[in-house]
Amino acid sequence: MFANLDLQKLVFGRLTLEAIPYHEPILLVTFIGVAIGGVGLLGLITYMRWWGPLWRDWFTSVDHKKIGIMYVVLALVMLLRGFSDALLMRSQQAMAFGANEGYLPPHHYDQIFTAHGVIMIFFVAMPLVTGLMNFVVPLQIGARDVSFPFLNNFSFWMTVSGAATIMASLFVGEFARTGWLAYPPLSGPAGSPGVGVDYYIWGLQIAGIGTLLSGINLIATIVKMRAPGMTMMKMPIFTWTALCTNILIVAAFPILTAVLALLTLDRYVGTHFFSNDLGGNPMMYVNLIWIWGHPEVYILILPAFGVFSEIVSTFSGKRLFGYASMVYATVVITILSYLVWLHHFFTMGSGASVNSFFGITTMIISIPTGAKLFNWLFTMYKGRIRFEEPMLWAIGFMVTFTIGGMTGVLLAVPPADFVLHNSLFLIAHFHNVIIGGVLFGMLAGITYWFPKAFGFRLDPFWGKMSFWFWLTGFYFAFMPLYVLGLMGVTRRVQHFDDPSLQIWFIIAAFGAGLIALGILSFIIQLVVSFMRREALRDHTGDPWGGRTLEWSTSSPPPDYNFAFTPVIHDHDAWSDMKRRGYARPLKGFRPIHMPKNTGTGMILGILSIGFAFGMIWYIWWLAALTFIAMAVVAIGHTFNYNRDFYISADAVIGTETERTRLLEGRV
Amino acid sequence: MASHSPTLAKDGEAPSFYMEEDHHPEGGTMLGFWIYLMSDCLIFAALFATYAVLGRNYAAGPSPKDLFDLPLVALNTSMLLFSSITYGFAMLEMAKGEQRRMQFWLAVTGLFGLAFIGLEVYEFAHLIHEGAGPQRSAFLSSFFTLVGTHGLHVTLGLVWLIVLMVQTEQKGLIPENQRRLQCLSMFWHFLDVIWIGVFTFVYLMGVLQ
Repeated sequence: MFANLDLQKLVFGRLTLEAIPYHEPILLVTFIGVAIGGVGLLGLITYMRWWGPLWRDWFTSVDHKKIGIMYVVLALVMLLRGFSDALLMRSQQAMAFGANEGYLPPHHYDQIFTAHGVIMIFFVAMPLVTGLMNFVVPLQIGARDVSFPFLNNFSFWMTVSGAATIMASLFVGEFARTGWLAYPPLSGPAGSPGVGVDYYIWGLQIAGIGTLLSGINLIATIVKMRAPGMTMMKMPIFTWTALCTNILIVAAFPILTAVLALLTLDRYVGTHFFSNDLGGNPMMYVNLIWIWGHPEVYILILPAFGVFSEIVSTFSGKRLFGYASMVYATVVITILSYLVWLHHFFTMGSGASVNSFFGITTMIISIPTGAKLFNWLFTMYKGRIRFEEPMLWAIGFMVTFTIGGMTGVLLAVPPADFVLHNSLFLIAHFHNVIIGGVLFGMLAGITYWFPKAFGFRLDPFWGKMSFWFWLTGFYFAFMPLYVLGLMGVTRRVQHFDDPSLQIWFIIAAFGAGLIALGILSFIIQLVVSFMRREALRDHTGDPWGGRTLEWSTSSPPPDYNFAFTPVIHDHDAWSDMKRRGYARPLKGFRPIHMPKNTGTGMILGILSIGFAFGMIWYIWWLAALTFIAMAVVAIGHTFNYNRDFYISADAVIGTETERTRLLEGRV
Repeated sequence: MASHSPTLAKDGEAPSFYMEEDHHPEGGTMLGFWIYLMSDCLIFAALFATYAVLGRNYAAGPSPKDLFDLPLVALNTSMLLFSSITYGFAMLEMAKGEQRRMQFWLAVTGLFGLAFIGLEVYEFAHLIHEGAGPQRSAFLSSFFTLVGTHGLHVTLGLVWLIVLMVQTEQKGLIPENQRRLQCLSMFWHFLDVIWIGVFTFVYLMGVLQ
């Protein structure tokens, strides 16, 4: 191939033509599909001359609303990838019995379940949560942007770069075959000599920087930028859950960074943190990664609780029952989430006392969570409930999540866990809470705040279709896994011998098919809503009879969110304003101080992909070059002191007059 | 801010629901940077915990007693502690608006930091030369990683210091630069605190045991 092999190593590291999986038909077809779709999309953008607007209004934007929307778009794209993995697994397990080997060989199947877990948690659930918080929190607290707008844009692009790095593994090389947490020694240099685990490590490290910085940003925003009068105990519940989630992010993600760095050293430098020889201890990794991993679960679910609190209160037409207890429950969950990590590996053999401690703390978490459920129920009690789509998600969540929570308490009993550990019962449990809790919550949130973001509602018919397919699909897909788990079937198995198990896997595959219809309905819903946007248009800015500040401004909100900073007197500030006859100000507008857009975040993000690629394939010159380039760009950015501008009073008057016209035309 | 506090309305009378004047929330930079430092502190916490768990797994190799040269570490420590004091002097000069004196003390801080890094590199090179590199045992892996991560932070701090000195030279002590210098100040003292932990927990207790 090349005359001088050393030169090849120098230029390409360990990247060779064999790394391109052209001999795998599934990947080849996927690649062709992605390539055609990608070229089509790029062609469309070029043809429609969208590059300029995309760059100016979106990629370089420091506007929290746009960044929030971009996070959600990223999450939805990645959901399609992660869900394709799920369909592959479900169909493989439904057919691979006895003589039938199915169509996925073990080395491919192992990559798929790893990619599914990593993508769904890090690049679907996390961007959904971060995206919603980014969009909603500044509006709910009456702020014009987050504390550090540039950092926000940078965080987003780091998340995108992490996702892109993981996606690259599909077509160049391979992904990890270790499961989503990459336990050593399997993920160590001897167990996984290939590039799979390195893709995992660098993808997560890059995205992790973005997550951490966005956590810091939102804490500072919530603590420092609330509108006058909004004391902590007058903050909307979603903002409270966002605060707690971001505290968890800042207090948990550094541990992930550290433990992945140690694994990196084991793999690249030959240290002995998690090896079986020379004093290493693999269980150190398992402990550390779950000290991050358990809070991570609450990072995902707390904002969903916040979404449901807003929705239940809005669609019951009542103030939330037990506001203070809701806040305390959230804070207690935040603290307790650090005291339960060992329940993920009771079988480590830490002894009865340690296991009892962690079993009991785990069970205690169900108390504040139960309090929340009762608060939602009592909010609905004697309310005028409107069964619109967000409310359907909320009710579906309450039932489903309660079941998932109860199976969680079963798993918290150490002796039971010794039987159920690593079984499909566990898989069913955490999908029960993550789909029934986080995903339902995020889809509810998207439906609820979509009109705020775009000025028109989502089509209710296709939304209801999506809801019912998701709900029934979930029960068909995961209830059989509970049964299988109790029968002793373990997770991550590519082929089975016992034919009596097959029917359950077929039912589960049917459920996955229903969920696919749910996702399809959601996509149709987006398209139909866009086509019917004039019929679904909302000029008031308050389509649901909302209660919090984001509904007081127009939809979509102007760049500056609020022409005048609101002053808060009570909980549910907008509800209070409507009740006491708030009159929208029509004059006295002033110029508004705003941050300028910048392309630095995107440039750093792209460079970081190059860095990760260089590190993964041992292309050291590329890694060094991109690293230096990142340092130069980052330092160069600090030499730019000219970062803000004023929206002129005339521009504000223009925007606000237009809103006045629309409001009068409607009322 | 007192003028912004809402006044409660009497029954039926609508209070003011918006501010007519500009609202300038206090900058969150200091708070944000504090939170960042605490997150960094957690990285060190994880590395300390790893050292605590693996630090006695010598794998029949050398132990701290065989390796650590306390006088050298004492010298090293004093370099870092002095650099913290001189950074403090620089901040005092900044508060007085004395740009030239501040730059002088920042330069002294940088030299102390450089000396610290130099001594650490020398120590590492010496250990590796003796065959006690990070690959030798879990103890040495965790030692090199904990101390090396701190060293990387100090190196980063030095780069940052130089950048800020250049920026101050260009723009003077404008509020942005003062804020940045304060952030670096917190970072620098934070690294000092971490080093106290390293010195005590790794070196002193390592040699005493």
